Amino acid sequence: MANDPIQQFQINKLVPLDFNGVDLSFTNSSLFMVATVVVTSGFLIWSTSGRGLIPSRMQSIAEISYEFIASMLRDAAGVSGMKFFPFVFSLFMFILVANLFGMFPYFFTTTSHLIVTAALALLVFGTVLVVGFMNNGLNFLKLFVPSGVPGILMPLVVAIEVISFIARPISHSVRLFANMLAGHITLKVFAGFIVSLSSFGALGVVGSILPLVMTVAITALEFLVAFLQAYVFAMLTCMYINDALHPTEH
Amino acid sequence: MTGDKKGPGSGKSGAKVVKKTATSESELARRLRKLDAKLDGKTAERREAEKGRPDNAGFAMALRLSTEFVAAILVGAGLGWGVDQLLGIAPWGMIILLLLGFCAGVLNVLRSAGKISDPRAGAAGKEDGPDTD
Repeated sequence: MANDPIQQFQINKLVPLDFNGVDLSFTNSSLFMVATVVVTSGFLIWSTSGRGLIPSRMQSIAEISYEFIASMLRDAAGVSGMKFFPFVFSLFMFILVANLFGMFPYFFTTTSHLIVTAALALLVFGTVLVVGFMNNGLNFLKLFVPSGVPGILMPLVVAIEVISFIARPISHSVRLFANMLAGHITLKVFAGFIVSLSSFGALGVVGSILPLVMTVAITALEFLVAFLQAYVFAMLTCMYINDALHPTEH
Repeated sequence: MTGDKKGPGSGKSGAKVVKKTATSESELARRLRKLDAKLDGKTAERREAEKGRPDNAGFAMALRLSTEFVAAILVGAGLGWGVDQLLGIAPWGMIILLLLGFCAGVLNVLRSAGKISDPRAGAAGKEDGPDTD
């Protein structure tokens, strides 16, 4: 049914592949992930190939996005965090372009699937754990011990801090996924109202102006959300990396 | 504002010049009150208009806070289940860690709402404050 708001999230196998019972099919989700990577890297390589001292318009966009993430990372994690710049920049560009791809009609939104965002969030979580223990050894565990807590309360506080730390990748991934999913469903539902209202004759056509206005407004809002969620994801990544690098500097 | 200017004229219809200062004092107070009421009405009107706009901030906030809360509870329940399985102390691990999960959830919500300062806000990013997301 064309009016089904969930149908846009359906995964279709484009090239079925099967390795010993493990389904490795190339799906429409994979296609748009590949497209996102190709468009992102293609754009950045092409736009920075001129290397003009006075940048062209496209080079300016590439430079602005570089500056944006670089200053965000430097503010959150200090200069020593800059070695994670490629990681954070790739995450930000991938999520931003994937979100914006989702705004095209008939395109698939890869970030509206929990498995994709969870993979990204677990990548960040794993990086934080590995880097934290590699850089600080067991000092990394001081992250869970806030200063100035009386001794009796300490086990309780540490347990709560550990749970709150483990909950990070969940909220990190669900935030991005839920925002994209909810936004696209809302858009589709409001657009569906226009069709169903206008089938009620002349009065319905007049009444369908309201959902039409809403649809236009929500579309603009969705562009904002697409950028904002990529920004939030990158920002949180920066803060978590800061924890991995400086766990004791409370 | 034209209504305000008319007010004093009609009030002093007797035109008592002796009482002029007293009248103008009370007139001033009355006009101030009127202005206050008018301004209050304007603010309320503006607030109403802002409420009607399709606003994403509240929705995003609700989504953010609920995720923070639910995530911590899920982790608490999961850990409790794991501890129960490993140590065979059936309901106790679940009970205690679920309650701790609730605590962690409340802590997460308060932190992400910026109600209490996040000790992990970091030395390098102090100027960002707790509510960076």
